[in-house]
Amino acid sequence: MSKAWDQVTWQELEIGAVLTEPGSARAYRTGDWRSMHPVWDKKRCIQCGVCWTVCPEAGISEEPDGYFEMNDYCKGCGICAKECVTGCISMAPEEE
Amino acid sequence: MGPRVGMEVSIAVSRAVQLARAEAIAAYPITPQTHIVEHLSSLVANGDLEAEFVNVESEHSAMSASVGSAATGARTYTATSSQGLALMHEILFIASGMRLPIVMTVANRALSAPLSIWNDHGDIMPERDIGWIQIFVENGQEAFDHSVMAFKIAEDHRVLLPTIINLDGFILTHVVEPLEMLEQETVDRFLPPLTPYLKLDPKKPVTMGAFALPELYTETKMAHQMALTNSYGHILEVWREWGELTGRHYQPVERYRTEGARVLLLLMGSLAEVAEVAVDEMREAGQAVGLLKPRLWRPFPFADLRAAMAGADLVIVCDRAMSLGGAAGPVLAEVRSAFYPLAQRPQVLGYIVGLGGRDVQPQVFKDIVSHALKEIEQGPGEEFYLVGVRG
Repeated sequence: MSKAWDQVTWQELEIGAVLTEPGSARAYRTGDWRSMHPVWDKKRCIQCGVCWTVCPEAGISEEPDGYFEMNDYCKGCGICAKECVTGCISMAPEEE
Repeated sequence: MGPRVGMEVSIAVSRAVQLARAEAIAAYPITPQTHIVEHLSSLVANGDLEAEFVNVESEHSAMSASVGSAATGARTYTATSSQGLALMHEILFIASGMRLPIVMTVANRALSAPLSIWNDHGDIMPERDIGWIQIFVENGQEAFDHSVMAFKIAEDHRVLLPTIINLDGFILTHVVEPLEMLEQETVDRFLPPLTPYLKLDPKKPVTMGAFALPELYTETKMAHQMALTNSYGHILEVWREWGELTGRHYQPVERYRTEGARVLLLLMGSLAEVAEVAVDEMREAGQAVGLLKPRLWRPFPFADLRAAMAGADLVIVCDRAMSLGGAAGPVLAEVRSAFYPLAQRPQVLGYIVGLGGRDVQPQVFKDIVSHALKEIEQGPGEEFYLVGVRG
């Protein structure tokens, strides 16, 4: 469905609300309700990728420069900060 | 036309499912539905019905397996009663929300506690809001006819809703009646093979039963409501076609001797035939009493009911289930709400009869009519009357 979810009328819904196109979850930024987010201190980051590995939500992406950043699916759980080998990740509060 | 035979109604229902060429059956035996699925199991085991019979370990699984098989595009049937229906509860909403055309027989039986295997409508009434088409039958022939028709209704791409046929446990399921069966070729002409609208298919993947955000859930419910409401016309279409084929015509609200009736009894299921005897006797005694038998419980036939009640001063609704702690039985509540918005409306009184297999003789209906006539003379009485309760 190309329309935004909050614009779709009941008549436009597929019967049984069946999704006929794969990958529709990509359109929903599930991280928008997080209250904390990880911040990397690049001076201490060794680009080991442990944060990327332990993230349960695929909320961390590797950047072209080899460092890591959160993406739109990060829920702010803080597992990456807890598991970071060098302690380079800190959790910062989400601001408006 | 087909042969006329003496047959137990449960066997006739399973014969209807066989004639409909059901492809998948998932059921768990429970009294008084047992004979239906036992016989179907034999038909499959003996090679007389080419279907997958899934011996599940509970009704929750029976309905879950039915959802799965219907989602793959197989013509799917199941049957249950009472506690079994209650155990299916959460999956019933999933079947209808996903718009899967499952057909289910409910052999109506009272709910525990206390344990009762006998007939009333206490099992189906709590399932009023599951979003299925719900039909009541009053004898074996109707049970057979509607069991075949249900597949055609449910699978219509303009409908695509699961459908329940309610028939009274024991009073219908275990009684041998003279029935007119249909030949296989007649049913084949009437009911073509199922054409799935959407199905689970690796070649063309779809997601069924995904989640809906708050921005969308309301729209899904509106779509379901409109599908169920709009199924009305398509149900009547199928019933008309059946009438032309068999000479047996069905209406959303059946009328019995309602011409000029000032008082109308209203009830669903097999007790209607008992009430007919009472109506005959009251008519002979000069009382203008008639009987209405709603066949279609969901979608509720508001317009038919209003038309059928025109001219009546008093409508007496006989429920076969209670809404505990509420003011009225489920059917009474629905009938009252159908008339409340109208300026001209009859008095609507409610009586609850025949709970947990309590026998109801024609005299009971005559007593109810006399009681109700006194009640409206004296002004408002109780919210409802539990007929025959001691103490």
